[in-house]
Amino acid sequence: MHESAAQIFINAFLANNFVLAMFLGLCPFIGVSGKLETAAPMGAATTFVMLVASLCAYGLNLLLTSFNLEFLRLIAYIVIIASAVQLVEMVLKKYSPGLFRALGIYLPLITTNCAVLGVALFQTAREYDFVQSVTFAVGAGAGFTLALVLMASVRERLQLSDVPSVAQGTALSLMLAGILSLAFMGFAGLGG
Amino acid sequence: MSTATNLSSTDRWDEFMEGVWRQNPLFVMVLGLCPALAVTVSAVNALSMGLATTFVLTCSCLLVSLLRKMIPKEVRIATYIVIIATFVTVVDYVIQAVSLALYDALGAFIQLIVVNCIILGRAEAHASKNPPLPAMLNALGMSAGFTLGLFALGAVREILGAGTLFGISLFGPHFQPWVVMVLPPGGFFVLGLWLLVFAAIARRKQDKLAEAAGHA
Amino acid sequence: MSQATDALTVSTPTVGMIRTLGLVAALCGLIIVSAYQGTYDAVQENKRIAVERAVFKVIPVATSIVEYLAPGSGAPQKVGTGGTAPAGSIKFYAGYDKDGHLAGIAAEGAAKGYADTVRILFAWDPAQATITGFGVVSSRETPGIGDKIVVDKDFLANFPLAAPLSDDRMVLAHEIRTVKHGTKTQPWEIDAIAGATITSRAVGKAINEAAQALVPRLVPHLDALKEKS
Repeated sequence: MHESAAQIFINAFLANNFVLAMFLGLCPFIGVSGKLETAAPMGAATTFVMLVASLCAYGLNLLLTSFNLEFLRLIAYIVIIASAVQLVEMVLKKYSPGLFRALGIYLPLITTNCAVLGVALFQTAREYDFVQSVTFAVGAGAGFTLALVLMASVRERLQLSDVPSVAQGTALSLMLAGILSLAFMGFAGLGG
Repeated sequence: MSTATNLSSTDRWDEFMEGVWRQNPLFVMVLGLCPALAVTVSAVNALSMGLATTFVLTCSCLLVSLLRKMIPKEVRIATYIVIIATFVTVVDYVIQAVSLALYDALGAFIQLIVVNCIILGRAEAHASKNPPLPAMLNALGMSAGFTLGLFALGAVREILGAGTLFGISLFGPHFQPWVVMVLPPGGFFVLGLWLLVFAAIARRKQDKLAEAAGHA
Repeated sequence: MSQATDALTVSTPTVGMIRTLGLVAALCGLIIVSAYQGTYDAVQENKRIAVERAVFKVIPVATSIVEYLAPGSGAPQKVGTGGTAPAGSIKFYAGYDKDGHLAGIAAEGAAKGYADTVRILFAWDPAQATITGFGVVSSRETPGIGDKIVVDKDFLANFPLAAPLSDDRMVLAHEIRTVKHGTKTQPWEIDAIAGATITSRAVGKAINEAAQALVPRLVPHLDALKEKS
């Protein structure tokens, strides 16, 4: 089966949204979706790291497969993602200190974001070629950003409403995520 | 946290119960959400995931604790990640060898145990500072708490969403399953409800304490 | 991640860091390799059993299976007999009955369903030129709706599907396709399950794509496959 780039993008972006349908990257989703102004840069940074990780994973997979070392895949991916995050951090620090300060604490956190490793693992499992992998990474990142921004907007509104005190905090966020997830189920079958 | 090498049995019990109840990783610290929601569509999946995580967490913490004096600060995170990834790879192959059906059901989430924040968190916060025995007890407690949490989610979702528990039908053939519970939104709803229940219990306890203080 | 702590503590010499990392990596490598070697046989055995179970389900009379690769041109090659098949070869399983006669050919197909990719294994009967049935390899379709494809009696009654080759033997004479519930008129059409149209359509699409690619490659070489060798 050959999936076109547009199909892959729509799938990763909406129909199989990484956060709301695949449950990947929930920690930052619950953690940093409180304010819109932090949600958007976090999404952008994650998308960027996903893209870098996807490229690295693609090359690495070619290398490992040619040496029949598939059993080292996981350990190699996680090390390369950790290094990619460090690299992105250093490059940003040197060439764009403003952006580096804005993203500051979020960058190291991305290493343990399962959405990033998820991109690398899924593109390998689905045997995507180069263009497909890149589209998949961008789609997944865009989907992650969309979920984060939607959630942040809703939570900003909620600050003004009267919520029972027992339900405040994570419980309420999860309920909201459930409703968002229900809405996203409507996109299922879109990329057919 | 106790650093003494000669622990009394109550200390050991405390070390263990810390993770099961007071600092339950799922319900109190709200960590490790991704596997908790993704694989808990049935009680069996939830328990298997819990056991896999237990193995990785305990072995990683043991090894980190054994090597704790050797690992330089600068490269500690990298070392922990490599150690964790090793045990995840081991679990990955063991599950494939035991049951392919289970492997397919858990899917990519076995490999994603690597990025479960509970494990890196425990390695960094506890195992790197404590001798092997307490480090392992703490890890076992945390894993037990996590497994318990997964089971609580998986059982509720399976009962509501499929009318079964461990694959055994509970309500007979006329039960109309509440399918949304085994779909993604159900995961969010059930975890949210559990958190509400725990918040309500905590609130009641607080009120009682306040009342008792008021009387005194 | 450690820039902040570097300044405060005495830094470890580079040699020490490399030594520790090397030691840990060696230790981890050892653990991984022994786990891989230790479980290799069991994993392969499990995979073989899973494939056999799936193939026997779609070709009920088969008692043994031979795995083949069908290259773009030329005769199919047995898997595992040395020699590499050219890239783009399609894997299929030939099922033989207890007397060693070809009972059917099974191959995998995949198409996008409602929630995710639906992967199926379908059986093709060379004697009748029909698709006799299919089984699901993996799917994340909605429980109770999309997963009805393997239990719904009306849907399973669609099979066998007529799948003869066109006159030039390059493609199937009729594209296998899923039609709306209750509008099936031809023996190569699949009547969709009402309410699970997208999943039904995925089944049709997966069979069609895989059969269009595989069947024309097999027909010229059927004689070589007829008896179990």
